[in-house]
Amino acid sequence: MNSKEKILTAIKNNQPAQSGLPELQSFLKPDTEVLEKYINVLTAIGGVANVVNSYAEIENIIRQEYKEVQRIISLCKELSIPGEAGRDADAHELETVGLAVIPAQFGVAENGAVWVTDNILPQRVLPFITQQLAVIIKKENIVPTMHHAYKNIGNTDYGFGVFIAGPSKTADIEQSLVLGAHGPKTMRVFIL
Amino acid sequence: MNQGNKDHAALAERFNEDEPRVNWHDETLWWVRAKRDKAAHVLPEWEQLREAASQIKNNVLANLSEYLLQFEEKARANGVIVHWAADAKEHNEIVYNLLHANGISRVVKSKSMLTEECHLNSYLQTQGIEVIDTDLGERIVQLAEEPPSHIVLPCIHKKKEEIGAIFHEHLGTPAGNADPQFLTNAARLDLREKFLTRRAAMTGVNFAVAETGEFVVCTNEGNADMGAHLADVHIASMGIEKIIPQRNHLSVFLRLLARSATGQPVTTYSSHFKKPRKGKEIHIVLVDNGRSVQLGRADFRNSLKCIRCGACMNTCPVYRRSGGHSYHTAIAGPIGSILAPNLDMRKYADLPFASTLCGSCTNVCPVKIDIHDQLYKWRQVLVKEGYAPAAKKVAMLGMTFTLSHPGVYQFAGKAGRWVMNKMPFIVNNKLNPWYKQREMPEPPKQSFGEWYKKNRKDNV
Amino acid sequence: MTAALFVPCYIDQFYPHVAIATLQVLEKAGVTVVYPSKQTCCGQPMANSGFEHLTRGCNELFIKNFTGFDYIVSPSGSCTLHVKEHLHDAENEKEAEHIRTRVYELTEFLTDIVQVKQWDAKFPHKVGMHQSCHGQRGLGLSQMSELVAEPFSKPGKLLNMVEGLEIVELSRTDECCGFGGTFCVAEEAVSVKMGKDRVNDHLGHGVEYIIGGDMSCLMHMDGILRRQKSKVQVKHIAEILNSH
Repeated sequence: MNSKEKILTAIKNNQPAQSGLPELQSFLKPDTEVLEKYINVLTAIGGVANVVNSYAEIENIIRQEYKEVQRIISLCKELSIPGEAGRDADAHELETVGLAVIPAQFGVAENGAVWVTDNILPQRVLPFITQQLAVIIKKENIVPTMHHAYKNIGNTDYGFGVFIAGPSKTADIEQSLVLGAHGPKTMRVFIL
Repeated sequence: MNQGNKDHAALAERFNEDEPRVNWHDETLWWVRAKRDKAAHVLPEWEQLREAASQIKNNVLANLSEYLLQFEEKARANGVIVHWAADAKEHNEIVYNLLHANGISRVVKSKSMLTEECHLNSYLQTQGIEVIDTDLGERIVQLAEEPPSHIVLPCIHKKKEEIGAIFHEHLGTPAGNADPQFLTNAARLDLREKFLTRRAAMTGVNFAVAETGEFVVCTNEGNADMGAHLADVHIASMGIEKIIPQRNHLSVFLRLLARSATGQPVTTYSSHFKKPRKGKEIHIVLVDNGRSVQLGRADFRNSLKCIRCGACMNTCPVYRRSGGHSYHTAIAGPIGSILAPNLDMRKYADLPFASTLCGSCTNVCPVKIDIHDQLYKWRQVLVKEGYAPAAKKVAMLGMTFTLSHPGVYQFAGKAGRWVMNKMPFIVNNKLNPWYKQREMPEPPKQSFGEWYKKNRKDNV
Repeated sequence: MTAALFVPCYIDQFYPHVAIATLQVLEKAGVTVVYPSKQTCCGQPMANSGFEHLTRGCNELFIKNFTGFDYIVSPSGSCTLHVKEHLHDAENEKEAEHIRTRVYELTEFLTDIVQVKQWDAKFPHKVGMHQSCHGQRGLGLSQMSELVAEPFSKPGKLLNMVEGLEIVELSRTDECCGFGGTFCVAEEAVSVKMGKDRVNDHLGHGVEYIIGGDMSCLMHMDGILRRQKSKVQVKHIAEILNSH
């Protein structure tokens, strides 16, 4: 018997009696204050929220706030910011990216997260390797909780998907919170 | 780290030699517990979430073999390569062979308690493979040549000055600099170079979804992603119990995990790995290592529901005052104390006794494992299997005899407060651990039984 | 209403005045109290040490002593919990089951069964209430800080009826004191440290007395207080309810 058979046989012999799955529908409660909640939570986890009315406004903020940044990659077609992100490029080459601007599918009010998949990302490492991260979501695409989030995701196909909630962080040294562990040191979310 | 053959009590006693440090350790972890409380109390549906999570995990245990097969099939269809390891040794060999076949001798690894359980690092080192732990806390203990002392906060036992000294020695930071921001940045720069140059990355797995074949890895630092997305080969090690039935169930667990662990509403990154990048490889190693045996122990199987949040450690008054290393196993604290005896009863016979059975662990557990009841039950098993010291056995037999015979009990009581001599918690002998730091109760002139006889004659 | 009084062995031997207070409080509440005189111990010290299989004699004796009562009341959350969870006897399982469902800790008996609405007692002092884990988390005598649920407290309800009593709010409302049965000697260092920390929480809030529903916790904290030569004393809740 190989290991797989051995393990499965042992499990089968030891599995307890059948036990049903819970219904999760009752967690799907509507919430009308998702925008305010989203902004509050994102701010609390070290992110910055900008409610904007146009892509032009986003461009202005980027020009003002990221003056020092040498290399910007934008995955947002609506922005006239120079973007370069070939799907065939070597991921390691993104090491010098100072700011990545990424459109996300939706935001989650209860935890400040945005959902991004590799359907958008040319390179999976981009939102992690960039020194700073900016994300664009539509106001109407903020959902209350993770239950709503997975309802949105449904059975979408992707190779990689990620919830990103704030800048990368650690509190491993004496529980002192430090923003910018291995990933972005800042995260800004434009809410359009 | 060599801890000799000392048991939890002896190691904890050593930890308590430095009382200010114990206070610091206790308060730091209590602060994390308080953050957890705050995060939980924001959600009126918290207890329903725990119940839902518990039910999903019960369903997983009842259907584990089917879910594993389903997961394997889906993962394979996604282009992921699935391996099965019966034990730690096989797991380690699978990992080594994968690296060897790809001509890789240096690997980055994000946090995985399973690889700690399997002692993967030391095994790979003896095979000439360099492993760099990339979680900041794990990197710190790795440089200090110590095991993690907490599953979520690996170097919670270290003071920043000590970390500054370690970084000074290994990373060349200025001597005496103990600023967390500065030290974190030094590690960031050092590890970035590692991420960019290593061709293989290892990660753990928080959840694996049977219906889609994807798996989820949660980090705050982004180290799992930095490793996995830059490497040619991504090897993910997972215990077989990490399976959940449906993608939708992630909502329940991701709501509970970080809130229970650190009081955050969610970890910074919840990464869903489904298919490898073009031209790259993802391997998943499904590891049993005693889990299928634990599944057969009716009293203990639901310890397999654990999602490794560490909440039971943060709330445990004993853990906070004994430090993770006193548990001399990869997973410390209450959950470690019910998992470890399954792997080796003799070696970990002390752990179920390292508890007051206060029950706080059970109350914070996001998947409702009856941790303190299992601690009690492990004690019964360990004693029956012969892992109790002989002297204790004799004392217990003597006690049982007296307490089973009212005449003997009353006579013994009269003859100088029998309890004082025989009760295990106030054993009145020259070693007397009670008396070391506590006064003995003062024996009264008469017991209640004697008082009653005198004063309530009519009722007797 | 008739109830049998179950006096834990260490209360019988060390704290008879607590048992006397319990007896008098129950009588004051209008309960006819029967004290089976051949009782010894519930067997918890052995069971918690992993020797539950040796408690057969204790269990048989307990069943012999306490069969036939509508209620069994004890001034200990811990011993009550042990009986509730672990009293079994293959030959007398029906009787054992009856006892398991009929055994009450003193304060829950007064609030839930006797349903005391007012109480005549006076204790004009500042006190800290120590929640014993077995009473609180085991028997559910009061709400637990870990759960997201409505607060309540059975002993608190009674104590609020005591004239002049001031209960302080502790920093950690329901942390374990570290007694833990044999834990207190087997893990002496951690046990004492836990006890010291618990005592300090009370002392830091300026209490005159540390009170509680379990003498075992109080015995442990009293040992620490007296070693520190503290003037603060411990008192069982039955003594408070019996004060004038």
